[in-house]
Amino acid sequence: MDNHLRALRAARGWSQQHLAERLEVSRQSVNAIETGRYDPSLPLAFRIAELFELAIEDVFVSPSRG
Amino acid sequence: MPVSPEIKRYTVRLLSVMTLYGVTLVGVNLWFRYATPTGVLAYVAAVLPAVPIALVFVVIGKLLVEMRDEYIRAQMVHDLLIVTGATLSITTAWGFLEGFGLVAPTAHYYVATLWFALQGVAACVRGILRSRERSVG
Repeated sequence: MDNHLRALRAARGWSQQHLAERLEVSRQSVNAIETGRYDPSLPLAFRIAELFELAIEDVFVSPSRG
Repeated sequence: MPVSPEIKRYTVRLLSVMTLYGVTLVGVNLWFRYATPTGVLAYVAAVLPAVPIALVFVVIGKLLVEMRDEYIRAQMVHDLLIVTGATLSITTAWGFLEGFGLVAPTAHYYVATLWFALQGVAACVRGILRSRERSVG
């Protein structure tokens, strides 16, 4: 699933490791989500959106809407 | 990278179970060598070393339940399925080889040994893939 995670993270000057620590996941998880190799569960997707104080659809691109 | 609490618990549990396996295996071998049990007791004694091996699967299951990182858990489930499929395929092929008299019969407990060996291979492959991810990511 496409997402804006890398851009959002870069805008805040956070490393993947820093974001991973904030989300309490591994750095590999952040990398896999950013590169679209892994679609997070809804609870994790909400945690990501809430961390950036955005709506979930502002972070993740709906596959049906492209 | 710090080791997560669930991995620490898994390591302690695995080491405990493997120690139990070693003690049971040596104990049962000595038992059969110096005071061979008979009757039902012989059957119970003979399967005792299988108990810690079964517990290894419980330990792995507990790790899956306790693992908080869903991506790593998904990778682990993926690897477990591949390793289980490969083990069943290889042992099925081996069974046919045995059936046609092309290889000598092998003790069934080697199935678990093969599964653990393939887990080791999977862990190595996963480690290589992760180091590649690090260099790319």
